[in-house]
Amino acid sequence: MLGIGVTDIISIIFMAGGIFFMVTGAVGLLRFPDFYTRLHATGKCDTLGEVLVITGCMIFQGWSFVSVKLFFLMFFIFMANPVGTHAIMKAAYYTGLKPWKKGEERR
Amino acid sequence: MMKRSTVAIFIVMFVFWVLLSACINPLKGHYDLIRIVVGMICAAIATSVSRDLLITGKEDMTLRKTLRLLLYIPWELWQIVLANFDVAYRVLHPKMPIDPRIIEFDTTLRSDFALTTLANSITLTPGTITIDVEPERGRFLVHAIASKAADALLVDQTMQKKVAHVYMEERGGE
Repeated sequence: MLGIGVTDIISIIFMAGGIFFMVTGAVGLLRFPDFYTRLHATGKCDTLGEVLVITGCMIFQGWSFVSVKLFFLMFFIFMANPVGTHAIMKAAYYTGLKPWKKGEERR
Repeated sequence: MMKRSTVAIFIVMFVFWVLLSACINPLKGHYDLIRIVVGMICAAIATSVSRDLLITGKEDMTLRKTLRLLLYIPWELWQIVLANFDVAYRVLHPKMPIDPRIIEFDTTLRSDFALTTLANSITLTPGTITIDVEPERGRFLVHAIASKAADALLVDQTMQKKVAHVYMEERGGE
């Protein structure tokens, strides 16, 4: 009717979900009390957010070589994002940054 | 006589080239000979540089492990979705119900692939991030955001058992 097909609607749902998780990650980055807990917000929400947005793009694009490239992008984000989070976490831990405990002042 | 792993890596590299450059397009029946030849040369160079990195030749029963890994990935994806809803709930809840702690546990895993898989899985799933791994004892140091997430690794140990099943390392080091 308006030129919107089923695939468009599905891809919009995926992208909206991705944007929701990205925004949640950003809110968590601002609200959480210390370095480690902030990494929880960014490390997890960003991965799924990006993957959902890329999945939406893939469904929008259909079967083509662009979709294949987007799939590789997704794959490498899945491999690289946890490794990056872990590397930052390890560096902070061995520099001696004290983790926040329940009941303390936020930093 | 070329080794089988060398041939396998060459094929993987060349398929990767074809997919990225779209030089063979079966949908349109279109073939670009010059780019195929260039791709073969590049794949050969990449294979000669990286053949000792990708496949070390120490693994056995690779096919069965790969199949089990393919079964493990959907479960892991579902766990990631659950993890994100959990974190989103903790972020958006007005009282912010978090209780962070650092936990330590031993696993039966020893090989590099198994340890990397478990470390990445822990980082991606409910409220836990790997801080450090000791490969000799399979010991993991993990930061958990709440007691529920910590118990999933300390008490239930579902994820460790699944990864150990994938890499057939239930019994621990030799």
